Amino acid sequence: MSDTADAHRRGGGDLLSAIVARAKPFVRLLLSLVVTFLGLLAITFFIGRVIPVDPVLAVVGERAPPEVYEATRRAMGLDKPLIVQFGIYIWQVVHGDLGMSLLTSRPVIEDIRRVVPATFELATMATVIGVLIGVPAGVMAAVHAGRWPDHLVRVVGLVGYSVPVFWLGLMGLLLFYGKLGWVGGPGRLDIFYEGMVPQVTGMILIDSLIAGDMGIFRNAVSHIILPSLILGYYSLAYISRMTRSFMLEQLGQEYVTTARVKGMSEARVVWVHALGNVMVPLITVIALSYASLLEGSVLTETVFAWPGLGFYITTALVSADMSAVLGGTIVVGMVFVGLNLFSDFLYRIVDPRAR
Amino acid sequence: MKKRALFCAASLAAMLGAGAAQAATPADILVIADKIDDLISLDPAELFEFSAYEYNNNVYDKLIALDPKDLGPLKPGVAESWKVADDGVTYTFKIRKGLKFHSGNPITAHDVVYSLRRAVKLKKTPSFILTQFGFTPENADEKIKALDDYTVQFVTNKPYAPSFVYNCLTAPIASVVDSKLLKEHEKDGDFGNGWLKTRSAGSGAYKLRVWKPNEIYVLDRAGDYWRGRAAMKAVFVRHIEESSSQRLLLEKGDVDIARKLTPDDIAAVMKNPDIKVESDLKGRVMYFAMNQKHKILSNPKVVEALKYLADYEGMTKAFLRGQYIVHQAFLPLTYLGELKDNPFSLNVDKAKALLKEAGYPDGFPVKIYVRNAQDRLEIAQSLQNTFARAGIKAELVVGTGKQILTQYRARKHEIYLGAWGPDYPDPHTNADSFAHNPDNRDEAKLTGKLAWRNSWYDPEVNALTEAAVVEKDTAKRAEMYRDLQRKLQQRGPFAIMFQEIIQSAMRKNVGGFVTGGAISQAYYWTVTKK
Repeated sequence: MSDTADAHRRGGGDLLSAIVARAKPFVRLLLSLVVTFLGLLAITFFIGRVIPVDPVLAVVGERAPPEVYEATRRAMGLDKPLIVQFGIYIWQVVHGDLGMSLLTSRPVIEDIRRVVPATFELATMATVIGVLIGVPAGVMAAVHAGRWPDHLVRVVGLVGYSVPVFWLGLMGLLLFYGKLGWVGGPGRLDIFYEGMVPQVTGMILIDSLIAGDMGIFRNAVSHIILPSLILGYYSLAYISRMTRSFMLEQLGQEYVTTARVKGMSEARVVWVHALGNVMVPLITVIALSYASLLEGSVLTETVFAWPGLGFYITTALVSADMSAVLGGTIVVGMVFVGLNLFSDFLYRIVDPRAR
Repeated sequence: MKKRALFCAASLAAMLGAGAAQAATPADILVIADKIDDLISLDPAELFEFSAYEYNNNVYDKLIALDPKDLGPLKPGVAESWKVADDGVTYTFKIRKGLKFHSGNPITAHDVVYSLRRAVKLKKTPSFILTQFGFTPENADEKIKALDDYTVQFVTNKPYAPSFVYNCLTAPIASVVDSKLLKEHEKDGDFGNGWLKTRSAGSGAYKLRVWKPNEIYVLDRAGDYWRGRAAMKAVFVRHIEESSSQRLLLEKGDVDIARKLTPDDIAAVMKNPDIKVESDLKGRVMYFAMNQKHKILSNPKVVEALKYLADYEGMTKAFLRGQYIVHQAFLPLTYLGELKDNPFSLNVDKAKALLKEAGYPDGFPVKIYVRNAQDRLEIAQSLQNTFARAGIKAELVVGTGKQILTQYRARKHEIYLGAWGPDYPDPHTNADSFAHNPDNRDEAKLTGKLAWRNSWYDPEVNALTEAAVVEKDTAKRAEMYRDLQRKLQQRGPFAIMFQEIIQSAMRKNVGGFVTGGAISQAYYWTVTKK
């Protein structure tokens, strides 16, 4: 072989291997996503088929004559071997068909589109509250470690961990809705506004602003404020605790002492430099807290009659409505994966070292 | 940070003040807090759950109707008159003229025929209520006909008691649906079932605006209803899972009626001067059954002894207060042929004597299969206690409704504690289930019959049930059912204990709310608000 031929080959090969090298992490990511999802779905699917609840009974009722029962069973594909059923399901999912919910007689996709915005709205509001209150509280607790602000924040946080959410929800409703009338009752809106705001995102707060209807917006706020404060309480308990830990670690570092000695204002040291350095782990913490709220807090949704994902998955599970459960699982799985990717992405922006 | 937080708090507070202003419901809108998660389909040929029946009662009409102001006697519905020929199998109905569906299409005999044939051919769970008269998907077109635009005729396979046939025609399966509308939405020969699952095609007082599963359904008044214009122009039925939440909504006036309050919450709202509680009988009976496949339980003296080992009065005075009354016959009160005798009460000495005669002076161990609902668990525990006084050691096998049901239908239980609700407002529904078992083999799989599930075969009782369903004389028919119930009290493997009562809590200004008792469902169109 001549030298030039070699060089040609190497040059062409170099370009290809460069492309492959760039693509490798994406391909690995994609593969791991696919494997994760398949595993998640497989486990959920097989558990669903193994639990001693008869999904056919959920559809036909307990009085059904044997012929109706058998016909329905066959129509649901339950007479085929498990692997085949799973294969059929995956094939449908890939084509965007999440199946029909047994309990709502609607395509699962439609149900999901209906319940996810409700949970999303609530989870977002709760996390915003958790961050807006939790981060400063954690910082203050760290800065005044050992003194009363610290104790206050820690006690409030402890109560947040320990009190059952449905109890707090009911107590909140009793006080702020029942006795004081400061907030709206269970449900996302007063019933007179039912169906009056044109659906754009499914989140009533946003949709009413888009439609310019302030009456509905105010009403939606009055209904969402209490459940999001309650969920936000749990969120801030966790976030403030973690913020405090991270901040204590930072405030003990040399650069902080140096900056103080150099005459930098305390506020700048704490809020710009120390806090800036904890943003990386703090973002992970916030993302995790957000994700756990996004899968829907079924107890809160039950108390506040909030038609969200948590309630949907739970009622589906109890009746072995597996298409709905699997559909919900896919959504929750996507949320976790998405948030993980997003926080990875944020790292790269916030932390110059990671670039 | 702090200033921003304060600003947010202040603006939120300002918004709250304005947003939470409306508390009471408008005078012409009815808002009900209920649990409607059992609603699976809105198609009358398919729906079979309690909430669905209530929805149906207000959106559809049937040939024969029940009058909420006078429940019991059958009244003309879509049919203004009817008769059965001397052959006992040919029924003819004259259809009322001038009635219209919500769509504006007129109601004719062809719609009635389409509705009945459709119910038979779709073969969904409640279709048996019609197919039990001999209609099949193959013969429906021939047996059910429109003689002209306003005359419907069908032919049953046996000369049943006419009261039986007429009672069944008041059930939701016999709803008259808008055939023109459904034909426009038919897909692959489904008679519009896919479309009708989530929509309405009726002629009742209300039409469906929207149904959000497990959340709410909204009904709008459909013009002037021929049975009397509804006072409420819209009805909102909300799914509120938590009883405390229902109660709060009711106390604040954000709902007019709360239908699923727990006894504790009912007791609490009774003290509220703005709220009243109305009680009404319902069709469900609570019983425990003894599997006759079980060696000990198949002994008639044991069966009798166990009937004396339940504290009926005690339970209804304690934890069942406001939920059940003592009732020991398989037909709910207010049904044709009801029996008011309650021959059993807690009598440990008598039970012990019977057990001694049976050869079990020291009792025996037994399992009670029960599902994990609070009222049933408490009843089961009470039974454990009273059984123990005669030496019977009862172990509770608890599971979800569907788990326990699967065992029961497979005849794998020993004692089963549960409830049975009638399928249609005719005595044959419960007689067929409790008393009739023509084939006791395992292979027969008559899982719909309680007598079969408990392996009970009694030829005399079978014959009496079969005779009662063809008895033309209604008074005589009623007496036959009373006789049947007495026989079951004497020797059936069922200890019927209670009949359900339902308590609805409502604002004091709500009137005319009829829950329908044991034979019908809730009527929204009779509700008025002062």
